[in-house]
Amino acid sequence: MIRFLAKRFGQALVVIALVTVIVFLLLHSVPGGPARGILGPQATTEAIAAFNHEHGFDRSLPEQYWMYVSGLLRGDLGESYTLNQSVSSLIGQRIPKTLVLTGLSTLLALLIAIPLGVWQGRRRKGLADYAITTLVFIGYATPVFFLALILVIVFAEKIPILPVQAPQAETLAGLFADSRGLILPILAGAIASVAVFSRYMRSAVLDNLAEDYVRTARAKGASERRVVWLHIMRNSLTPIIAMLGYQLPVLFSGALITESVFNYPGMGLLFWNAAQTSDFPILLGSVLVIAVATVVGSLIADILQAFVDPRVRGAIT
Amino acid sequence: MTVSTPHVEAEHVPVAGPYRRMVKLFFANKLAVTGLIILALLLVFCFLGPLVHPTDQIHTQLADANLAPGTKGHPLGTDDVGRDVLGRLMIGGQTSLEIGIAAGLLATLIGTVWGAIAGYAGGWLDTVMMRVVDAGIAIPALFLLLVSATIFRPTVPVQIVIIGCVSWLVPARLVRAEALSLRSRDFVQAMKAMGGGHGRAVFRHIIPNAIGTVVVNATFQVADAILLIAYVSFLGLGVAPPATDWGAMLSKGISYTYDGYWWLIFPAGIAIVLVVSAFNCIGDGLRDSFEVRLQGR
Repeated sequence: MIRFLAKRFGQALVVIALVTVIVFLLLHSVPGGPARGILGPQATTEAIAAFNHEHGFDRSLPEQYWMYVSGLLRGDLGESYTLNQSVSSLIGQRIPKTLVLTGLSTLLALLIAIPLGVWQGRRRKGLADYAITTLVFIGYATPVFFLALILVIVFAEKIPILPVQAPQAETLAGLFADSRGLILPILAGAIASVAVFSRYMRSAVLDNLAEDYVRTARAKGASERRVVWLHIMRNSLTPIIAMLGYQLPVLFSGALITESVFNYPGMGLLFWNAAQTSDFPILLGSVLVIAVATVVGSLIADILQAFVDPRVRGAIT
Repeated sequence: MTVSTPHVEAEHVPVAGPYRRMVKLFFANKLAVTGLIILALLLVFCFLGPLVHPTDQIHTQLADANLAPGTKGHPLGTDDVGRDVLGRLMIGGQTSLEIGIAAGLLATLIGTVWGAIAGYAGGWLDTVMMRVVDAGIAIPALFLLLVSATIFRPTVPVQIVIIGCVSWLVPARLVRAEALSLRSRDFVQAMKAMGGGHGRAVFRHIIPNAIGTVVVNATFQVADAILLIAYVSFLGLGVAPPATDWGAMLSKGISYTYDGYWWLIFPAGIAIVLVVSAFNCIGDGLRDSFEVRLQGR
């Protein structure tokens, strides 16, 4: 177990290091470099040279990379070109809001998708299974923004019961105070994830139905309800846990879209606004934060899976 | 001599080969055939449609702006600068399909070669190559795509290359897993014993034997690439006007949600859903016919 953990931690560190190299190289392929970004297109060549010298941008690439990494270790992600604030404080303000949005919509998605997948797996090839499979296929193929738009048209325009705009509060408490505004963004994110999760759950249930332990439980006289909802469901959850870790980039991409549709003041909206103004420190700082979150997320998922599933636990000690 | 005659005749009996079997299984799958038909219809609509319904998609005609569907000459109405929506759906579809298909295939090609080399080589080279894949997967493709869209001017070829370069990671993982099990198989060992080189092993033996995984994944890659391009265009960083694609059309239509101009939103949105579902159905059908393990499910 210790060896597995050490190996997995080592891998995660290597991957994070590679991500910093990718982000660093992207930062350097920006036309004009940071000097143009901060001083503007009117800046003279001398001013740019002076700026580059002052900030060390005229040194060799490895030296600059070292400066960049040591900055990262101190939590310094650079300064925004347009917002006059450090990138780390901007991201720090926004990330809890994005976590609330993605967390709640993922939770809702799991609450719908897990029973749905189990139910579908039990009634495979029935009419209901085909109907839901079709719906899931359509849900999977629907871009989040189209889904969000349909929700807006239905619940804010035709039946005006919910606000279109997400709450604009600065604090988390403020967000929840205006919780009606959270419903549509959460719903849009959740529907998109239900399609993916229920598909996984359905095939995991199908795999487990053929296992010996199911036959044993049935032979011992366990009721069908007990077999399905206790034995099969518990065993089908492991692939879902593993998948959640790897699903993080998809969830963040979804957040980027829903936040820009509903004007929700999270990290996705920060990123989108930065893309409109070519604010590269924010863009690449966000990419780095999300990448690190993904690596950590899949690490946690792997470890959790090892604890939950005795077969995996046996294979790694 | 008379005894051997039946044997000779027996060899002439057509035996259903694995490919014929796969084709049969694929066409027996209703979902897959539906997907194929939808895709064919959409291709005809986008690429041959303009011949039947020629429209001016370059010049704006503000006098004809936001006409409702059913207006003479505009079955699906016009957009906010007077361009015919049906015709725009066709040329927008051309962009979406061209980028999606080309980028999906490029991603599959890169991923297949990368994964096959990593899995076949094994050892430290495999470790290094797969950590690169892990790092790439950790960065969401959409974010990377938006960053590159602010650096390079997004034209169709540029978008194909960028999407291809950010989405090859999943096929690389899948093919590597196949290559790992293929490289120790007898036929690969035999070929190496006969003096075959590494290049021959990877390109003539590993990749052809992993072709099922590759083909199935390619269809999903195309579906994902079409969605990805729709997202980028929706966020306003897609191909520059007057060129358009389905995502960009929908993005423009959003401003008119409250005016009730549904024809600026739904045709493009439904087109995206149709084409992505079609590719996913075809992929599912192909997977069922390639993977013997899943048959009869």
